[in-house]
Amino acid sequence: MLTAPASAMAAALQAPALVTPGLDLEASFTDVLQGFGLSPAAAHLVWLPLPMLLVLVGAVVGVLVTVWLERKISAAVQQRIGPEYAGALGILQPLADGLKLLWKEDVIPARADGLLFTLGPVLVVVPVILSWLVVPFGQHLLISNVGVGIFLWISLSSIQPIGLLMAGYASNNKYSLLGGLRAAAQSISYEIPLALAVLAVVMMSNSLSTVDIVDQQNGAGILTWNIWRQPVGFVIFWICALAECERLPFDLPEAEEELVAGYQTEYAGMKFALFYLGSYINLVLSALLVSVLYLGGWGFPIPVEWLAGALGQSADAPLVQVITASVGIVMTVLKAYLLVFFAILLRWTVPRVRIDQLLDLGWKFLLPIALVNLLVTAGLKLAFPAFFGG
Amino acid sequence: MPDCAAVGLPAPVFVLSGYDAFLGFLLIAAAVPVLALVTNKLLSPTSRSGERDLTYESGMEPIGGAWIQFNIRYYMFALVFVIFDVETVFLYPWAVAFHRLGLLAFIEALVFISILLVALAYAWRKGALEWS
Repeated sequence: MLTAPASAMAAALQAPALVTPGLDLEASFTDVLQGFGLSPAAAHLVWLPLPMLLVLVGAVVGVLVTVWLERKISAAVQQRIGPEYAGALGILQPLADGLKLLWKEDVIPARADGLLFTLGPVLVVVPVILSWLVVPFGQHLLISNVGVGIFLWISLSSIQPIGLLMAGYASNNKYSLLGGLRAAAQSISYEIPLALAVLAVVMMSNSLSTVDIVDQQNGAGILTWNIWRQPVGFVIFWICALAECERLPFDLPEAEEELVAGYQTEYAGMKFALFYLGSYINLVLSALLVSVLYLGGWGFPIPVEWLAGALGQSADAPLVQVITASVGIVMTVLKAYLLVFFAILLRWTVPRVRIDQLLDLGWKFLLPIALVNLLVTAGLKLAFPAFFGG
Repeated sequence: MPDCAAVGLPAPVFVLSGYDAFLGFLLIAAAVPVLALVTNKLLSPTSRSGERDLTYESGMEPIGGAWIQFNIRYYMFALVFVIFDVETVFLYPWAVAFHRLGLLAFIEALVFISILLVALAYAWRKGALEWS
């Protein structure tokens, strides 16, 4: 009984032909433009900024929704009501908060270093936004399928601690300095297990491209998602992602009881808002990447090709492609927000760790486990190439 | 650079495509904080008073600055980080090409990672990973 689905799964894993090309908006759009007599290069240039602005707006809306969810869920956990006056169920509250910050005076302390003080939040927010370049919402629904893919995100995420350190140092405030140092130490400690967990997934996909990583998982729907083949890697990645986002239980850099607000202590107005935006964009981004790396990305639990086949439709039909693409976007976002929900619940469930516990967990537990996980994945790939990406 | 086809080598695996989008998105991403800060500058009130420009120190007059010499306990962690970060970067090409390399590459990586695990054990034993 067991061998039949297993061999079907193996066959599905080895058959890339099953993955349909999917909706390619860029090709359609540039074709239309070339129909108007534009050269291919010009059509490409006109196309380029469109997905970027769309992703940027999507990211900002995602942050507003996340902030609202955070406040509503936190309120529910504590048996409060939460925001309720701005818009239905208080949905416009984060927007109102953001606009309020836009009108707030920007205070730079007299003894601070003005240039570094301004550059800090900018350096934090730019790499986080830039990382959305590689987040795929469908076969062709991403800004750019660059070859280095997930590695680009890992390298960009290591720029952020520089901005935090800069902000902490430039404030010339003891709380800020300690917060900035903690943020940098925490960030570098959890970056290595994170990169090693990603490495095991990369090894199974034979590619760094996020699109290839998702394609590799969607041979047989939910059965072939990476979480079943990389359960340890999934847990390591999730813990490290929470630590990189400075979410509880790892929010030591801004531990209110001891450090006021850590590196943010002296910040007001839009610079504070940039830190706030950066941390929430980072949370949504991490959740999206967990769904891409371990939960099949845009894949529906049952392959859409099978469903289309059962309904007697060709997967290449235009209408089916549009539906597939829409389902893909919804699935990616749904999976990501499920993880955001868990992150918010965790915040009210577990207490904050101490700094020595934090460093012990990173260096003495996650790092060795991540290395062993990588070696085990390599060994399994040699032994069962059909199940681990060939 | 020799022509791959002429020498009989397979075509290069890494094709540098899609990076024009990276440059474009870098510009757009950099414009976000610039626009936000400029708008804030235009809209926000400005008033200057001495008390407000002090750094915050729980309501007291700040005693001394923060730019002093003190024991950064994270120094050893930073050193160990550099070692393992470089290791991870070395392992990336290995992982991507692993399906074509086979058993020998596995044994080589096993040796490489074992050496680093010994290094981790050494750092652990020496107390480089201890807080205090």
